[in-house]
Amino acid sequence: MDKNQSTELLFELSHPGRRTHHLPECDVPIDNPLPTSALADTPPPLPEVGEIDLVRHFVNLSTRNMSIDTNFYPLGSCTMKYNPKRHERLAAHPGLADLHPLQSEDSCQGMLAILWEMQNILAEIAGLDAVSLQPAAGAQGELTALLIAAAYFRDKGENRSRVLIPDSAHGTNPASAALAGFDAVSVKSNSRGLVDLDDLRTKLDERAAVFMITNPNTLGLFDDQIAIITELLHQKGALVYLDGANMNAILGITRPGDFGADMMHYNIHKTFTGPHGAGGPGAGPIAVRKQLVPFLPTPLVARSGERFFLDYDRPKSIGRVRSFFGNVGILLRGWLYIRTLGPQGLRQVSENAVLNANYLLSRLKGTYDVPHGERCMHEFVASARALKRERKISAMDIGKRLLDFGFHAPTVYFPLVVPEALMIEPTETESKETLDAFADALLRICKEDADFLHEAPHELALSRPDEVKAAKEPVLRWQADSEL
Amino acid sequence: MSYVLNTLEDQRAMLAAIGVSSIEELFSKIPPSLLLKRPLQVPPALSEIELTAQLYQLARRNRSAGEAVCFLGGGAYDHFIPAVVDAVAGRSEFYTAYTPYQAEASQGSLQAFFEFQTIICQLTGLDVANASLYEGGSAVAESVLMARSIQPKRHKVLVAASVHPEYRQTLATYTANLDLHIQTLPVPGGFLDPGELKKAIDGQTLCVLVQHPNFFGCLEEPEALANIAHQAGALFLVSFDPISLGLLKRPGQYGADIAVAEGQCLGNPMSYGGPYLGLLACRAEYVRKMPGRLVGQTVDRRGRRCWVLTLQTREQHIRREKATSNICTNQGLMALRATVFLAALGPQGLRDTADLCTRKAHYAAERLTQLPGVRLRFDRPFFKEFALHVDQAVPPLLAGLLDKGYHAGLHLGRWYPELENCFSVAVTEKRTCMEIDGLVSALASQCAGVCNGVPASQALNERVEQDIHG
Repeated sequence: MDKNQSTELLFELSHPGRRTHHLPECDVPIDNPLPTSALADTPPPLPEVGEIDLVRHFVNLSTRNMSIDTNFYPLGSCTMKYNPKRHERLAAHPGLADLHPLQSEDSCQGMLAILWEMQNILAEIAGLDAVSLQPAAGAQGELTALLIAAAYFRDKGENRSRVLIPDSAHGTNPASAALAGFDAVSVKSNSRGLVDLDDLRTKLDERAAVFMITNPNTLGLFDDQIAIITELLHQKGALVYLDGANMNAILGITRPGDFGADMMHYNIHKTFTGPHGAGGPGAGPIAVRKQLVPFLPTPLVARSGERFFLDYDRPKSIGRVRSFFGNVGILLRGWLYIRTLGPQGLRQVSENAVLNANYLLSRLKGTYDVPHGERCMHEFVASARALKRERKISAMDIGKRLLDFGFHAPTVYFPLVVPEALMIEPTETESKETLDAFADALLRICKEDADFLHEAPHELALSRPDEVKAAKEPVLRWQADSEL
Repeated sequence: MSYVLNTLEDQRAMLAAIGVSSIEELFSKIPPSLLLKRPLQVPPALSEIELTAQLYQLARRNRSAGEAVCFLGGGAYDHFIPAVVDAVAGRSEFYTAYTPYQAEASQGSLQAFFEFQTIICQLTGLDVANASLYEGGSAVAESVLMARSIQPKRHKVLVAASVHPEYRQTLATYTANLDLHIQTLPVPGGFLDPGELKKAIDGQTLCVLVQHPNFFGCLEEPEALANIAHQAGALFLVSFDPISLGLLKRPGQYGADIAVAEGQCLGNPMSYGGPYLGLLACRAEYVRKMPGRLVGQTVDRRGRRCWVLTLQTREQHIRREKATSNICTNQGLMALRATVFLAALGPQGLRDTADLCTRKAHYAAERLTQLPGVRLRFDRPFFKEFALHVDQAVPPLLAGLLDKGYHAGLHLGRWYPELENCFSVAVTEKRTCMEIDGLVSALASQCAGVCNGVPASQALNERVEQDIHG
């Protein structure tokens, strides 16, 4: 990461008359016929930059990022594993990248064959009956599943208004529940960091439509009460939703459908290594149990003999949650990954993700608090609460100081149930040497001077940004001096 | 092959440090009855060589826009992508980074998204833009949800039938369980007649949603519609085509309160439907009701200009069920591509692109409607896409044209029963006069009833199953 780049904006580089992309001469004998009343006097005031300036600008910007390809990135709940280069090359093949979403089914049988196989593979990994590849990201997968649950109960003539969500859940869970028209009801965690069964029993009645559980949960713990929980829910006629953010821990080890989940989403950009793209694109397919299949979004890929087609004839479907088929480019990368790994490779992913996380935990637990135990799945949550209490060193200070060592910070202050949380997920693609170097850095940092840590990072081009100013006096775009 | 670096020796050393004797022991919290006792039934592992060969074989079963001339539109278009877009987006420091929550380690992405927000404001003539949504359809749904939070006491949403059918379906799905009444306004003339809007609008109307240019390619009358909406105290929402803004008035100029768009056309491959990006821009007073991420400018402790994610109290990770939207992951990489694309074109390049699209589309329409039995369905100005009416069944006609090498158009009867004999044709700057003339000849021979047999494209279907499982 470069430390000394200028922060000149694209618009400040603009120079009237410069341009990168030129169009060919018009080869049709016709003038522009649009009515002048519909036209703007001038085109939008976009920046005017030549090609080398444009390229230098963005290539220099890229050096001001940490990324998986440059740094260890142990960001909890995000599964920042290596993104294989073969996926980038193959997904860009024109025979896939240049397909129009509405071209005829007969002209994209190869693509439909891949998507059909992906549906089946994801159903198998989930232990569920059918898959929709449509949702664009995990949160949209959650929303889709909750809309399916609402349609399912409506179809059965049942009026259920509540979605129960553990307090350790991702914020998207309650936000999706509200958008799907449900009341979100929070269920407490117990002292082991798992679902508090007594609190669940208190809140569980005939109003409950869905219980949304993340398992392994956001503390990196597999909830061993899961069979009891799903049975409790099913006794009341409610559905169990699995937030699949942490599937990296259980591929081929245990299946959500087998432990009682009725629906789930995948994050292809986490578990199946779609590049995160600095915040997307993702893909959030959902898998459901048999009784929910009629309600899945349209279309699904289906097969009749040797021919694949898009099945729109699904009268109970909730409709669609986006235009076109889905984030196919990301689904394709997920498919390429699964086809590269095979069944043994998938299981090795989870075995080594869990091994790496436990190894890192064993290196840190004597020094950092790990409130929820000796063992973890693919991630764990350490706490800086003792450091905070005794030396005023916060999780934020530690995260920022790690940047100086060339490590991306862990997820901090999440989950909300752990004070001064540092959520660490190393993933399976890191070596023992990298894990040791990271552990060494963390062990050294907690001995450093508190005031020094409050000022971290020290080695980067930037010190801590003033976030309060950003929110109080929002500047959300560049403006020319003449506009201000 | 699983990209795992741990050797058996590494594993042994790590297990010893943990204090367990096997990897299985690490999974001891999972009740044994829940463990999967067989391998997953997924296809066997492939080497990179085998994987590449298999993918190429499957790709040959597709006919891409490079193999048949593409006149398909309906929200996704075969526009040209300059090489600089791929070069920048191919920097793995961008595409393998996470959401820029750690500002000090993410200034590259943060500054790029700030530039994206700025460029979308310049494009739309509106005050603020977010850092992207999923795509055009959910962006429409999000815009209506945003309008609802601005006007919580009103419940009626008026939507022109000329808005993309899949966007309207998305809106219906998103709002199925909310207290909203969505009324679709008919467009018999291929556009929303302001008189029709006047009749339908009332004091309960929270917003009016149109698409301009609309699904048929026709221009709406956005200024008149915006005035009617505002007079009734409703918000005016528009879904626009970013390329069209090289020529057409900008949403901020004709009174849009919230403008959304499908951003695929801004440097993103069609990729069978995604990943694309949704654009959302609005007037400044609504900024705290916006969905999705926003990047803001600030200073660091030494007073240097820098950027951070801001106004996060709107978002799900802070507000949970009270958030303005459930969106978390957006389409960062596609927003970067859109930024580079628009900067590569600049004002004149965008104008030239829009101008070429319009003139070529009108040339195509003129030539095609000279054929017997072929006419324009709507007598309206259009941008780069138009609806044709023909005297014969459309699906076999389009299949025949594909056999002749043309993805000729979209059958409108699929979404509009009254347009059973119609299809839409989209023409981008990439199409040449020769390709358009070729389409005209192909349609001429098709109309003459030359080809009524079984489309040869069925040959493409054979043995795909065999290929996929090697």
